Order: sequence, then structure tokens, then C-alpha cells
Amino acid sequence: MEFLIDRLPLYLSGAGTTLLITLLGAVLAFALAMVVGVMGTLRNPVARAIATGYTETFRGVAALVLMYWMAFAIPQLVPYKIDALFAAVLALGLNVGAYGAEVVRAAINAVPKAQVEATIALSMSWWRRMRAVVLPQAWAQMLPTFGNLVIELMKATAIVSLIGVSDLTRVAQEQRASTGETVAAFTGALIAYFLIAQLLIVGMRLLERRANRRLGRPVATGFLALLRPPPATATGGGRR
Amino acid sequence: MPQSDPRTSTGTHEPLIRFDQVVKRFGSLTVLDRLDFTVDAGERVTLIGPSGSGKTTILRLLMTLEQVTSGVIWVGGEPLSHRYQGDRLVRANEKHQRRVRKQIGMVFQQFNLFPNMTVRQNITEGPIHSLGISREEADQRARELLEMVDLSDKIDAHPAHLSGGQQQRVAIARALAMRPKILLLDEVTSALDPELVTGVLDVLRTVAETTDITMLLVTHEMQFARDVSHRVLMFDHGRIVEEGPPEQIFGDPKEERTKAFLHAVLD
Amino acid sequence: MTWDWEFTGRIIPDLLNGLAVTVQATVLGYTLALVLGLAVALVRRIPVIGTAVFAVMEFIRCTPLLVQLVFVFSLAPNTLSAFTIGVAVLGVHYAAYTAEVYRSGIEAVPAGQWEACRALSLPLHRTWGAVILPQAIRRVIPPLGNYLIAMFKDTPLLFAITVGELMYQASQIGGVYFRYLEAMTLVGLFFLLVSVPSAILIRQLERRYAAV
Repeated sequence: MEFLIDRLPLYLSGAGTTLLITLLGAVLAFALAMVVGVMGTLRNPVARAIATGYTETFRGVAALVLMYWMAFAIPQLVPYKIDALFAAVLALGLNVGAYGAEVVRAAINAVPKAQVEATIALSMSWWRRMRAVVLPQAWAQMLPTFGNLVIELMKATAIVSLIGVSDLTRVAQEQRASTGETVAAFTGALIAYFLIAQLLIVGMRLLERRANRRLGRPVATGFLALLRPPPATATGGGRR
Repeated sequence: MPQSDPRTSTGTHEPLIRFDQVVKRFGSLTVLDRLDFTVDAGERVTLIGPSGSGKTTILRLLMTLEQVTSGVIWVGGEPLSHRYQGDRLVRANEKHQRRVRKQIGMVFQQFNLFPNMTVRQNITEGPIHSLGISREEADQRARELLEMVDLSDKIDAHPAHLSGGQQQRVAIARALAMRPKILLLDEVTSALDPELVTGVLDVLRTVAETTDITMLLVTHEMQFARDVSHRVLMFDHGRIVEEGPPEQIFGDPKEERTKAFLHAVLD
Repeated sequence: MTWDWEFTGRIIPDLLNGLAVTVQATVLGYTLALVLGLAVALVRRIPVIGTAVFAVMEFIRCTPLLVQLVFVFSLAPNTLSAFTIGVAVLGVHYAAYTAEVYRSGIEAVPAGQWEACRALSLPLHRTWGAVILPQAIRRVIPPLGNYLIAMFKDTPLLFAITVGELMYQASQIGGVYFRYLEAMTLVGLFFLLVSVPSAILIRQLERRYAAV
């Protein structure tokens, strides 16, 4: 315990880096997921082919492999070295974005056809239909799986320690190496990761509540309901 | 393809809606079979017939939710899903269809209100974003319409918190907010509990009495059809079996098929 | 520097050796995850113990696999090989996921099936073995398949504890020759070659088992 209290600033800065990479990766993944997910629902075959190509490629390759490729292989092709943190965010964002795109596509397709027909009866444009009717309704369905993806993304950020970024994992390894206190060094990091995960779960649950309230659906109230684990679906929560 | 071109017809009496040899097939199933009929401006026409006889398909074709297999539908002298290329009619793009269908409104069996919007937003969405009316004007219109359907106190409610009957009345207000020339009513009371039907029908009676909107109704409420419509069309297997004023169709049907149908539904 | 085909040809045998280790680790780790996950799903139904097991599994699911690997590797006695440790940690980590899949599969069996078993006075082992599990398994095959692919893609993490799998071979080659392009690109291609067809296969399984 004393070991950790002494090194709290180190672990906090590591946690800060982990959180930063998580947030940047999540922003990139979200943007990609929305754009590619919507493209996957279009009738245009070119748009659909691009969407399929992206999702199959980046779901098929692990973020670690992608990150190494960008950090070490790209400098060999072009006279330009990608910053380690940037390579990590790009790899994680591209990877998780591919899962997210599938979630977005499925959620859009799950919006009842009758809703689309109502937008036609009101002469709404395609853009307005997506913006005002389809996406807000699909949003509530995306959020639970997005929550799982954010947790997976946060866990995956540990790989940045392998290319020299001082995240939580890196801090733990350095402390272990310098003190030999394996159990204390890693337990500290694991607890920090667990707490970050709980923070993200509560945040996502609050977003879900807001989305459901906007659709006029009943929502569970109280703080404890926020911590309850998500109802596991037989689809494995979007992780493939 | 069209028998005559309305641009060359000199008659002053061009019907508001004209079906010209319209065929609609779903796979091998022919739902509408070379259908011809017209509806005049201000007319209220009820379509009756057994399920699967093509009534709902007619409304869905007019709303461009379905596309004709062949033939042409004319609305206000303009082809709905076709456009002229020289002298020939070719399939029109989405933009053309959007322009023509702005004159048409529809109320659905399952209401289809947008659950992510309040009642007010549901009603003002189309006027503001499709017609380009100012927010203030659209809001004012929404208030008037909600007063007409007797739901003024629900203006900021969510659709999920309304009864089916209330939702359907909002849906009627939403359709009317677009100031359509033509209103399509697709079995608007079929999904409602019996005690909620009267409220919705009363609203529609008011609309019929106070406006000159052209209406096409598909309904199983025979008394209501009798009260509000000028003309009744009896459908079977995608064709019109018999048509006439409601008193004649309901009181003295000529065709055996009509008699059998009315006997079945009126018990 | 550009792509060197001759170099590519020379490193392929080493990479294939790595791929073989990757496949072995995946198969063994996945088998462990399947068995352990089912055990966890069943134990979770027991009061108190079930809650404790659930808490542990939740902790495993909320923390990175990489940290778990390095942690256990640092603690384990030297007599255990890196490969054994890697497989064990992979298996336990994924058991936390498969347990949830089994649980939702079991809960998806209609209550009427349990009632019918009771009405027939079936003994417990027949209730589970002949009625509940066979129905639950059908539902869980596609999601379990997804976790097989997910685990396969997580095996590169084993290189952090010096297991000689694909990623390890590639980084060794990169370190020795100061060329990463060919090896890393091939690793990516190998992964695509395996994951894309498997993903298509899983989708077909989903379609087949959708009509339960």
C-alpha cells in the first residue's frame, strides 16, 4: 500500500495518458464509425464497397499489428516518422471504428421502415431524414454496444507501452523493473484500469439514459443502476 | 403507357388524380391490374374491398412509397413518378417525386409518429424543413391544429406517453400541417382500441366538413365511409368491381361480389 | 527503401513457424476458454460463490489482457514456459467473456422447458444434459465463434512475454535486419487471410442458427 501511495503521482500521470489515448481513439473511432456506417446503408454500390472494404480490413487486423506497422514499416516507405502516440491513436481508432461502423449500420437498418415512410409522407430530404429521424432513433440502439467498444478500446490502449508511450502499463513495468515489487506494481495498474473502466461505464450509462428519455422510454434511476453490468446479449457485444 | 396527354386535352375538367392503366406487381403477384380511375379536386373517395384487393397499394403508390410496374399516375396534371423527355414519359428521379408529393399527405394505420420528437416537433418538422416555413408560423399552425384535434395540452408531450387514439390525432394534425391538397387515410382506426375510434373519426369528420381537401380513404368503418364520402369504389383482385355514391353502394349494391363483401363485413 | 521481394522470400519460413505457434496458442487457449467459461457460467448460478466469481470475472474483463499477461509472466516460476503461461492467461481472460455468452444462452431457453422437465420429474443431470444445454448451445455457437476470431487477433500480445508467435518472429526479424516493412506487412496479410474467411463463416453460422 505504501508502495503505491509513494508512487501515486507516477500512476496518476500514467492513467492520464491512458485516458487521453482512450478519448482520442474513441473520437476517431466514432467519426469513422458514423461515416462508414452510414455509407454501408446507402444504395450506391461504390459507397457500400468502400464501407465493406474498410470494416473487413480493419476488423481483420489486430490494433497491435497495425500500430507496429505504422510505427516501424511506414518510416521505411516514406521519409517520415510517425509519432508513437499518434500511431497508437490511429491504429486503435481505425480498428475500433471498423467494429463501430458495423454497429451503426445495423442500428440504422433496425429503424422501422414505417418511420422512413413517414419521412417520405412529409417530403423530408435524405439528409433531414437521417439527421432528424433515423440517427436519433438508431442512437439509442448503438449506445450499449458503443459502451462495450469503449471499454475494449481502453483496454487495448495498453499496447502503446510496447512502443515507448508512458501509459499506466509502462509505469507499472518501470516500477516493477526498478523495485522488483511485481505484485504491488501491477496491482496498482490493474486497479487503476478497473476504475477507469467503471468511470467509462457510468458515463455511457448516463448517455443511454438520456437517449432513452428522449424517445419517451422508461429509464432506471439511481446511481446503483449505473454500475450494473450491461445485459449481455448473445451477440458478444459487438466484439468479434 | 398513357392513352392521352393532358397537355393536349382542351377540357377544363382535368381530374386531380388520374390512374392510367396502372399495373403493380410484387414478384409474380399482380396487385393492381391495368387500373383506370380518377378523383376530382375536393372529392372524398372511399376504397373498400377484401384484404389483398389492392386498396392500400393505391395509397402507397400515390405517396410514392411504392413504384408502379407500368402505367402512369397523374396528380394535378403532372405525372407523379414520370417526367417528359421530349414527348416520351420516362421514370422521374427522387427530386421530381419529392416536388410532386408535397401536395400529398398521408395518415398511417400505425400512426408512425417520430418517437424522438415531441408532439410539437412532429407537427412542425415537415413545414419548417420541407416547405421552408418560418418556425413561428409553423408553431402557430401546430397550435391551431392541436386545438382542432383537441390535444392542445399535449403539445410538449412525447408520443410514447399518448394513447393510440391521441397519437393518431397528432398524426392527422401532422399531415394537415403540410397543407396537402390530397390526404390519404390508410385504415387509420384499425390499430385502435374500439373506445378510441370515435375520437379519431370525429376529427376526420371535422376535417371533411371544414376543408375542401381531397381525400382517399381505406377503411372498415362503413358508417363513417357512408357519412363522409362522395363516392365509393369496391375493389377485388386489383380491379374496380363497382363504384357509385355511398347510398347506392351500401343500400343497393348491383354486383354479387359487393353484396357478399358488405354482407360479410356488416355481419 | 522500398519493398524487397528477395528478402520477403527469405523471411517467410520464419513467419510461417510463428504462424504455427499462433494457431497452437489460439486453439489451446480457446479450448480452455470454452471449458472454463461453461464452468463459470454454471458456478455463477450458485448464491454467494456465484457473486464472488462474477466479481472476479468482471475485474478480468475490465483490465487489459497485456497487463494480465506480463503480470502473471513475472510472477510465475521459471519451470513454466512462456507459451504455457500465455495460453493459460488467454484462456482465463476469454473465459470471462464466454461465461457471459453461455449465461445468456442458458437464460434464453424458455421457462416452459424447465417446467416441462419438472413435470416429467427428470433428474438434474438429464434436465441439464438432455434439455437445457443442447438448446443453449445452439444459440451460443455464433457468438462463441466471434470470440474465437477475437482471441486469434489477440495472440500477437503474447510476443510481449517472448512467446515465439507470428508477431514475435516479425519483430525479431525487424530487430536483426532493421527492416520492418516486409515482415509487418506479411503479418497483417496473414491475419487478414485467416480472419476475413472466418468472419464470413461465422456470418453463415449466424444465419443458419438464427431460425431456432
